[in-house]
Amino acid sequence: MSNIKQKDLILYSGLIILGLAAPYLFSAFKVQLTYLCVLIVLAMTWNLQGGEMGYNTFGNILFYGLGMYLTASVQVGMFFPLAEWTESGGEKTFVHSTAQYFQGIGVGLLVSAIIPAIVAGAIGYAILGLRGHYFAICTLGLGIAAGEIAGGIEIIGAGQGFTTPPFPAEIVDTEARGKFFYFLSFALLIGTFIFVKYIYGSRFKLILNAIRDNEDKAEAMGIQTMKYKITGWMCSAFFCGLAGGIMGGLIGYIDSTDVAFDGREMGVFMVLMAILGGKGTLWGPVIGATLFHFFKEGLWTLILGWQYVALGVLIVVIVIYFPEGLMGWLREKYPERFGEVIDEKDRKAQVELK
Amino acid sequence: MDFLIFKAPMLMVQASLDGILLGILFALIAYGMALQWGVMNIINIAQGDLVILGGYIAYTMYLVGIHPAWGVIVSPIIMYFVGVLLYKLVINKVVDRDLFISILATFGIAIVFQQLMNFIFGADVVVAQSEYGTTMLFDNSVTLPNSKIFSAFISVLYAVALVVYMKKSRLGRAIRATAQNARAAKILGVDTEKVYAATFGINAALCGIAGALISITLTLHPYVGLPYTVRSFMIVIVAGLGNLPAVALSGMGLGLFEEFADYILGTEFRIGAVFMLLVFILVYRRFKLSKKREYLK
Repeated sequence: MSNIKQKDLILYSGLIILGLAAPYLFSAFKVQLTYLCVLIVLAMTWNLQGGEMGYNTFGNILFYGLGMYLTASVQVGMFFPLAEWTESGGEKTFVHSTAQYFQGIGVGLLVSAIIPAIVAGAIGYAILGLRGHYFAICTLGLGIAAGEIAGGIEIIGAGQGFTTPPFPAEIVDTEARGKFFYFLSFALLIGTFIFVKYIYGSRFKLILNAIRDNEDKAEAMGIQTMKYKITGWMCSAFFCGLAGGIMGGLIGYIDSTDVAFDGREMGVFMVLMAILGGKGTLWGPVIGATLFHFFKEGLWTLILGWQYVALGVLIVVIVIYFPEGLMGWLREKYPERFGEVIDEKDRKAQVELK
Repeated sequence: MDFLIFKAPMLMVQASLDGILLGILFALIAYGMALQWGVMNIINIAQGDLVILGGYIAYTMYLVGIHPAWGVIVSPIIMYFVGVLLYKLVINKVVDRDLFISILATFGIAIVFQQLMNFIFGADVVVAQSEYGTTMLFDNSVTLPNSKIFSAFISVLYAVALVVYMKKSRLGRAIRATAQNARAAKILGVDTEKVYAATFGINAALCGIAGALISITLTLHPYVGLPYTVRSFMIVIVAGLGNLPAVALSGMGLGLFEEFADYILGTEFRIGAVFMLLVFILVYRRFKLSKKREYLK
């Protein structure tokens, strides 16, 4: 047993060292690496919902967008009047000093983690009573409605969009901005991973699985399913909000439907990444997100203009032919590696039945 | 509250008439949705994009110089084959599987359709001019474009024709039999594979008709498909599968809601209001059913 632990230790420390060294090794790709971290976080938190709990949501984009708007609003609103900022295109009239910028983003991220979690808890009781495809469609509607409504609110920029505070000009190092956002997102990734790993070893995960496999039976066994469903959703919302806050700062510009509540891109990406890697596994979403990001960045520029066609075809192919994802395929192929013991007699009997 | 609509009763009449005429059109799309949901057990997110594609077919005719109203005959014929092709390529692999798989797969199709339409027809908002003029009612205080009346009339015509077809024809009976029990139908010699293809084709044809009507009454844009999907989904969950009068009624109700939301909340919140209504309807149904310890199935 200790042997496996040691292996894990080497793996994790290796990955952390790689993660810490990455912005220096691939210094031209810092923005891409930040994206990758955020994508992995989104895929992992979606997996808690769709993979472990069996509630396939399109609505996590709601918390992502909410986090993005909250971080930027707090960062501006703490020091300057928000309405004037958005009206005048912001950064030209008001300038954040270095201390103000970092204070603002710190408090903003805190708010963007807590408020989405509270929102998830508040709407959770109503929304999570829906099951299966009704839940999926309802959350899809929720995400798009949020985008449409945010696009009509004047104080956060309405249709024009919202410029987030630019990185303080007093810091001369041109690499600093990229490094700051990279390490922020990397810290978020590590935090999310530790949290999800902790959940994977806990009773909570088993309850979520019970809900996925048969909610009625789980309820009959005395589990208060609603309580756990809401808790699971709040956990997702917490990390999605943080991811959104970081992305808002990185992109520097928030548009209601194209950046924040971007159901057509981010909202689908997180589902796709989790399914590509394998739902209901710890490493599946991580691998799925990494593969997807490489595919996207590698191919996007080659097929400029056709990327959405490629994305659509990719969705159809993955969903129809690999619904179990990469980890599911590996599990089928090498069940021993996943700790599954297969009785040879049993297998033969099943083959005969087929 | 100083909403203009409550001060002027004529605006109410205007909004109501607009809403009802629009609602009939929505009901036509919803009927296609109910058909495929009931028969094949799939939820088609690309429904709205099929509608828009049908609309662009009529718009192309308009560009060539043919009157776009002929689109209500040409568009369904083309869309029928598009539907059958789509079935053969993708949809036949998602029938009988988890509904979420059909949702995601058709989401992928929707993205492909949007992008292709964007390439072919450009990202501008377009409308095909029917030049039917307008009807003035109540001392010219209510204006009603004739194209809207025309579209409602055509929708009703096609809906009635389809109902008769489903009742009387051989294929119609085969479709209904498959919807009731696919396995039994298969045993009794119905080629369910063919029935599914035809069902999806008919659904696409309905979308084609609706699209052609939208091209002359409303506007077309490659990315506005999803609201039509959501509207038809909403109508179907309120009305239930295979209840045509209820589909027509809830379609009109939705049309009314939209027109009033447009006046009261402002046009920028119109689509948002539609999506919020979807959420509210689902949540309302969920609470109502949970009193009996049931849930939406």
